[in-house]
Amino acid sequence: MAKTYQAGVKEYRETYWMPDYTPNETDLLACFKITPQPGVPREEAAAAVAAESSTGTWTTVWTDLLTDLDYYKGRAYAIEDVPGDDECFYAFIAYPFDLFEEGSVVNVFTSLVGNVFGFKALRALRLEDVRFPIAYVMTCNGPPHGIQVERDKLNKYGRALLGCTIKPKLGLSAKNYGRAVYECLRGGLDFTKDDENVNSQPFMRWRNRFEFVMDAIHKAERETGERKGHYLNVTAPTPEEMYKRAEFAKELNAPIIMHDYLTGGFCANTGLAQWCRDNGVLLHIHRAMHAVLDRHPRHGIHFRVLTKALRLSGGDHLHSGTVVGKLEGDRDATLGWIDLMRDSYIKEDRTRGIFFDQDWGSMPGVIPVASGGIHVWHMPALVSIFGDDACLQFGGGTLGHPWGNAAGAAANRVALEACVEDRNKNGAEGLEKRGGDVLRGAAKNSPELASAMETWKEIKFEFDTVDKLDVAHK
Amino acid sequence: MSEMQDYASRLSDPASRKFETFSYLPELSPDAIRAQVQYICDKGWNPALEHVEPENAFDHYWYMWKLPMFGETDVDSILAEAEACHKANPNHHVRLVGYDNYAQSQGTAMVVFRGPIKV
Repeated sequence: MAKTYQAGVKEYRETYWMPDYTPNETDLLACFKITPQPGVPREEAAAAVAAESSTGTWTTVWTDLLTDLDYYKGRAYAIEDVPGDDECFYAFIAYPFDLFEEGSVVNVFTSLVGNVFGFKALRALRLEDVRFPIAYVMTCNGPPHGIQVERDKLNKYGRALLGCTIKPKLGLSAKNYGRAVYECLRGGLDFTKDDENVNSQPFMRWRNRFEFVMDAIHKAERETGERKGHYLNVTAPTPEEMYKRAEFAKELNAPIIMHDYLTGGFCANTGLAQWCRDNGVLLHIHRAMHAVLDRHPRHGIHFRVLTKALRLSGGDHLHSGTVVGKLEGDRDATLGWIDLMRDSYIKEDRTRGIFFDQDWGSMPGVIPVASGGIHVWHMPALVSIFGDDACLQFGGGTLGHPWGNAAGAAANRVALEACVEDRNKNGAEGLEKRGGDVLRGAAKNSPELASAMETWKEIKFEFDTVDKLDVAHK
Repeated sequence: MSEMQDYASRLSDPASRKFETFSYLPELSPDAIRAQVQYICDKGWNPALEHVEPENAFDHYWYMWKLPMFGETDVDSILAEAEACHKANPNHHVRLVGYDNYAQSQGTAMVVFRGPIKV
């Protein structure tokens, strides 16, 4: 029967709270952590979030009746307590996938984390997880190449990849910068990386940097007989400029380029990822600005959601945190989003903060990049946490070696190979405990490693994590 | 602190050439190689051997020694095959590969006999 039009404000829950709804396989599901204003009932707050992130607005409008809003609306279908925090709760919302343009991470996030985050009835709102239905996943381009293709192109098997961010991050001339790259690569690293701040500043324009860096790569390859790369940062003020830099990198036969997907934006990133697929160039992704979005436990977007956004938008590498270094990262939660980067099917697992099963189908995986405050003593832990499909990046832990970059690189490479050899022989279990002996044994044949171990033995980063998984407090 | 050392790597020095996983460690002992073969078998990967003149080691494709040993899990047979490949090509690098048919890639690869490197 046709509905009649009644102007005015309705309670959201009359329309958007549907506790009996069973989510459809093609629905996009979201879990929000909601901290409502005092006095706002949970169901009303959940329904408001469903409404404001889908079809609703604050009042009824006559044009609502020209369509089938009951089909298009978001549905708040469940509410749960947040373990350890009585002021907020989880709301689960299902969105019919017609609400989102195919292959558009931009469109999904414009809806899910749009106006609703400034909504007055809420004190805070956090997007904890999103289940992308496989039907939607298959409309996205995803990583340009994926883990296997990268290994094949670069001939790296049976171990993690090794990288290093060139420092100081600002101020080097292009030629001196290329020197730092060359020294790292000839010492045994697979990759070096432009710092995210390095774009095209007056002291080092991008074109000069690209040319000197490629010279360094080619010489290091001839010298070591191994394949090398440097993440040439093509993040730029405009998409046109970004593509110009990417084209030049390709012209120089650069194996890999780099983009900052949050500051550069999803639109630019998705376009660049498709360009990389078309042009056979690997894509390293940095995540500047992520902590603005994901660090507060009650507000923002959890990093596991940003991880999924990147896998859909496209990138072959993504920074994941290290668990053991200088930057924030809860171990279980980190393991959760590492799986979301690499695996093809991830089961719901609340102990790792994963709220939904996620099926990626045949979408390629992303290599997690562990970077920030790590050095040789962390190697046993990194090998057991990350396994082989990861890129371990030692910035200070390479460049800060008392004998220079090449020695620092060799120390890291020897440490990695010694840990992998031991793991293959004695199992991943217990590697962290055996690690000290493994490194000391390897250092007997590597003065570079011995010196690195002497330099960094006292440095630890043991501050408590700010954003922890939600755990019961009573 | 120990005294600063030069990093002795040269285009002109054959010893500077590396060949990926484990090439920064001293040559693996027979026991150490046995453990790595066992690892490949335990992973369910298919062992395979390939070899090349050291000066052509940068190429993607080395010479395949027979066919990959599909389904072979006997460590001694695999080691014997590696030995046979080495005997037939004493001046070549011999690489042991573990093919992971689920990942559709190599699970691991390592040089188990190192040939003398000419510049």
